[in-house]
Amino acid sequence: MLAAHLPALQVVIPLLAAPLCALFRRGFIGWLIAVVANWLAFAASIGLLFRVMNEGVISYAMGGWAPPIGIEYRVDMINVFVLLVVSGVGAVIIPFARTGTAARFNDTDQAWFYTMYLLALTGLLGVTITGDAFNIFVFLEISSLASYVMIAMGRDRRALTAAYQYLIMGTVGATFIVIGIGLLWAMTGTLNMADLAQRIPEINHTRPVLAALAFLAVGISLKLALFPLHLWLPNAYAYAPAVASAFLAGTATKVAIYLFLRFFYTVFGGGEFFASTPIPAMFLALSIVAMFAASTVAVFQADVKRMFAYSSVAQVGFITLGISMVSDAGLTAAMVHLFNHAIMKAGIFMLLGAVMFRLGSVKLEDMAGIGRKMPFTMAGIVILGLGLIGTPGTSGFVSKWWIVLAALEKDQWWLVALILVASLITMIYVGRIVEVAYFREPSAKAVTLREAPLMMLIPAYVLVAATIYFGLDTEWSVGLAQRAAAALLAGTY
Amino acid sequence: MEPADHILLALLIPTVGALGIVLAHRHANLREGVTLVTAGLLFANVLQLLPVVLAGGRPELFGFEVTPGLEVAFQVEPLGILFGLIASFLWIVNSVYSIGYMRGNKELRQTQFYVAFAVALASALGIAFSANLFTLFLFYEILTLSTYPLVAHHGDEKAKRGARIYLIILLGTSIVFFIPALVWTLAIAGTLDFTPGGILAGKASGLTTGLLLALFAFGVGKAALMPVHKWLPNAMVAPTPVSALLHAVAVVKAGVFTILKVSVYIFGSDHLLATGASEWLGYLAAFSLLAASVIALSKDNLKARLAYSTVSQLAYIVMAAAIATPLALIGAGMHILMHAFGKITLFFVAGAIHTATHKTEISQLNGIGRAMPFTMGAFFIGALSIIGLPPLGGAWSKLYIALGGMDGDYGFVVAVLMISSLLNVAYLMPIVVRAFFRPPDPDDSHGHAHAAGADVQPGGAAPEGFRASLAEAPWLCVVPLIFTAAACFVLFFSPDAVEGLLRGMLEVPQ
Repeated sequence: MLAAHLPALQVVIPLLAAPLCALFRRGFIGWLIAVVANWLAFAASIGLLFRVMNEGVISYAMGGWAPPIGIEYRVDMINVFVLLVVSGVGAVIIPFARTGTAARFNDTDQAWFYTMYLLALTGLLGVTITGDAFNIFVFLEISSLASYVMIAMGRDRRALTAAYQYLIMGTVGATFIVIGIGLLWAMTGTLNMADLAQRIPEINHTRPVLAALAFLAVGISLKLALFPLHLWLPNAYAYAPAVASAFLAGTATKVAIYLFLRFFYTVFGGGEFFASTPIPAMFLALSIVAMFAASTVAVFQADVKRMFAYSSVAQVGFITLGISMVSDAGLTAAMVHLFNHAIMKAGIFMLLGAVMFRLGSVKLEDMAGIGRKMPFTMAGIVILGLGLIGTPGTSGFVSKWWIVLAALEKDQWWLVALILVASLITMIYVGRIVEVAYFREPSAKAVTLREAPLMMLIPAYVLVAATIYFGLDTEWSVGLAQRAAAALLAGTY
Repeated sequence: MEPADHILLALLIPTVGALGIVLAHRHANLREGVTLVTAGLLFANVLQLLPVVLAGGRPELFGFEVTPGLEVAFQVEPLGILFGLIASFLWIVNSVYSIGYMRGNKELRQTQFYVAFAVALASALGIAFSANLFTLFLFYEILTLSTYPLVAHHGDEKAKRGARIYLIILLGTSIVFFIPALVWTLAIAGTLDFTPGGILAGKASGLTTGLLLALFAFGVGKAALMPVHKWLPNAMVAPTPVSALLHAVAVVKAGVFTILKVSVYIFGSDHLLATGASEWLGYLAAFSLLAASVIALSKDNLKARLAYSTVSQLAYIVMAAAIATPLALIGAGMHILMHAFGKITLFFVAGAIHTATHKTEISQLNGIGRAMPFTMGAFFIGALSIIGLPPLGGAWSKLYIALGGMDGDYGFVVAVLMISSLLNVAYLMPIVVRAFFRPPDPDDSHGHAHAAGADVQPGGAAPEGFRASLAEAPWLCVVPLIFTAAACFVLFFSPDAVEGLLRGMLEVPQ
């Protein structure tokens, strides 16, 4: 009975929990509600995973209205994977949120913060699970608006401009997406994605459909922060509260990537059609530029949060590079890295949050010598940083291995070289932090520093452990990614 | 216990030891006790595997599969047991020496030092016993990362710079060259397992083999083949026990060990000989060998000279691996052993001199043999072994490599060996001559007073001139170096045992 309604529960639980938080207006209760809701959502994702593995694609008619009249929720290997990432990363972050949030906000603001968090979670899960194109737009807006508020709650006033910047660019992106969806609707008369997937391939060379393709490509690329449409991201991640940075870095761009895959592979007609458009070539070029330019910019950042924000742009480049290869190995690499990067980056932003909590700053200069004062926090950052570099024994290596494998499969040796050289740049900015944190004398501020509270460390270390675990055992990460990749290429839905 | 348990223990003992060192950090004597006990246990444990391997057994331990084609698995074969024995045995000696050195020099952060050492040893044994290239690569990277804090130990600008170069070159080459080599090997052969006779024979053309070999040769930065040798002289900013065990034995030997393993078990001796694909590497290594020796001549800093000498000696092994005739490969394996004992002695001496007198430059060493006769006597023996003179161990490995070269009709090998031995004499013997036959500099004690921490050094009160009394470093420093020097002598009498062991790696089951 319950299992039958899992697709609805996935979204409804956080959606209902959000106003509850607002009603209670108590920080602790709000947090408790958020934890329970998020963990239930994670449980629902796991339940869905087992159902999909057993039964195949699940179609759920929302409110009992049969599609295409009603809204359909549709769960397959591809989006259940993303659901797991989103709700799972959230489930780890939310216990962490208590300490920092309670220290900074009064009760009302805390309640609002958790409300916004849950709405963002609702939106992201909704975008991922829904099988209705317009519903995607609705959920996308829910998550975006909630994110703007969360970012604006950052520590200093720069958070306001960052949120505003994101709002403008995010709205432009959403508008492009809705125009694209509108064009598809005009051409096919349906908003149900399964129906779209059947009808579009027949007319996918007509001009309106190609226009829709262009609008969607630009709109979604904005959301997933593909270079050079990433300009909103560095400030948003840098000035948002730690919880928001960790959550958005782990999930928001990942959901946008899913959306891209869903439209271009599933709706427009599988890998074959995608390969025939100019998009892979553009993606290839932009991904390479992102990998190099964003990493290089990251090296010169004085603010460590901003450094890792730029690193996110570069890592998204690795994912889109995998997508642009239009091959089994390439898509597997993209899906695996989507998974691994979500874990690593969320962990890094959480630990930086812990540094911020104790030190009051995440400027590189101020972090001098904190390696001895906060040994667990810094050790965690180093391990996750090694993951980003792609050291064997971490999940980052597995990602890199697959993407190199994919490039090699196409005999593109130059690409292999570029991928590996780009990892070297990652090594440089991670190395900078290590040097400052371990081999400089602590600044006056850092001398009296204590290790971060366990409430912050334990959740972060769950992700650190996951980074190592998924570097050694890839049955779940690569296993699921491979199945998702196969489904994408075939264009089945 | 099953042999497989000993493999697991070889990884566990130093890891647990590292934890024990952390726990004992408040009690220096207990902490060093933990290090010594760990090192002793580790060696005893590895020694248990030797008879099994000598009897032709190849103990195995399967870990798990990471992703198709990438497995973490272990297997002990002759070369691995040799490397494992050298590293774990010298760790004991080096630990004794470290206690004398670190305390004598009042070094900071000693706990971190001993912990990193234990982790480095665990990874060195992981490398020694890995059953495939991926496992080797995994531990290879851990070794780089665990030795990074040791290089940066002093924390000053110079140490940070050295450590930065260390990390960028070693990690960088491994990412840019080693990873593609892994992927490519897997693509061609369908496996990364170390297999007697190699896995590429009949699957890779001569050109492919040559290119792949290049990726390995430069991807394994630890082998310090020119032009990726720069990290080694820069790593000399580390405390001397690090230079002694890691940058003369464990780390650099892990590099040439990898090259040798690849040559024997991935390419296969026959395949390399048949295609001639490794000939170029022989010439490059020969160049590296001679060039490094010439550079060593120009260095006045003792540790820098020894570092370039190491670069040169490592090139012997790479050259022999490239020649790939059975005798050359045996010689290469033997050279890992012989050079380890010789070079660690020389580094011990450099550290002892620094501990006793705070001198680092060769030009300051006039007459030092009078004050430190045991130390400099050991240096003399170690140097002779490096040069390759009987009755010291170093003579055998050079002989085998030369014979291996003639076997493969590579006349240049003999010429290179001769020239380089002369160069060895030219850069090592003047130090001995200075120490014993030159009078001490008149302003010697003046130099002392300026040296950092002059008030604490044991040799600070040493009077000048001919009546100089003994002013050796702490006995914890001197005993190990006498011991390793004596071992160079003992090794001269055991080439058959080593050869017998190493022959095992060339046997291809039919």
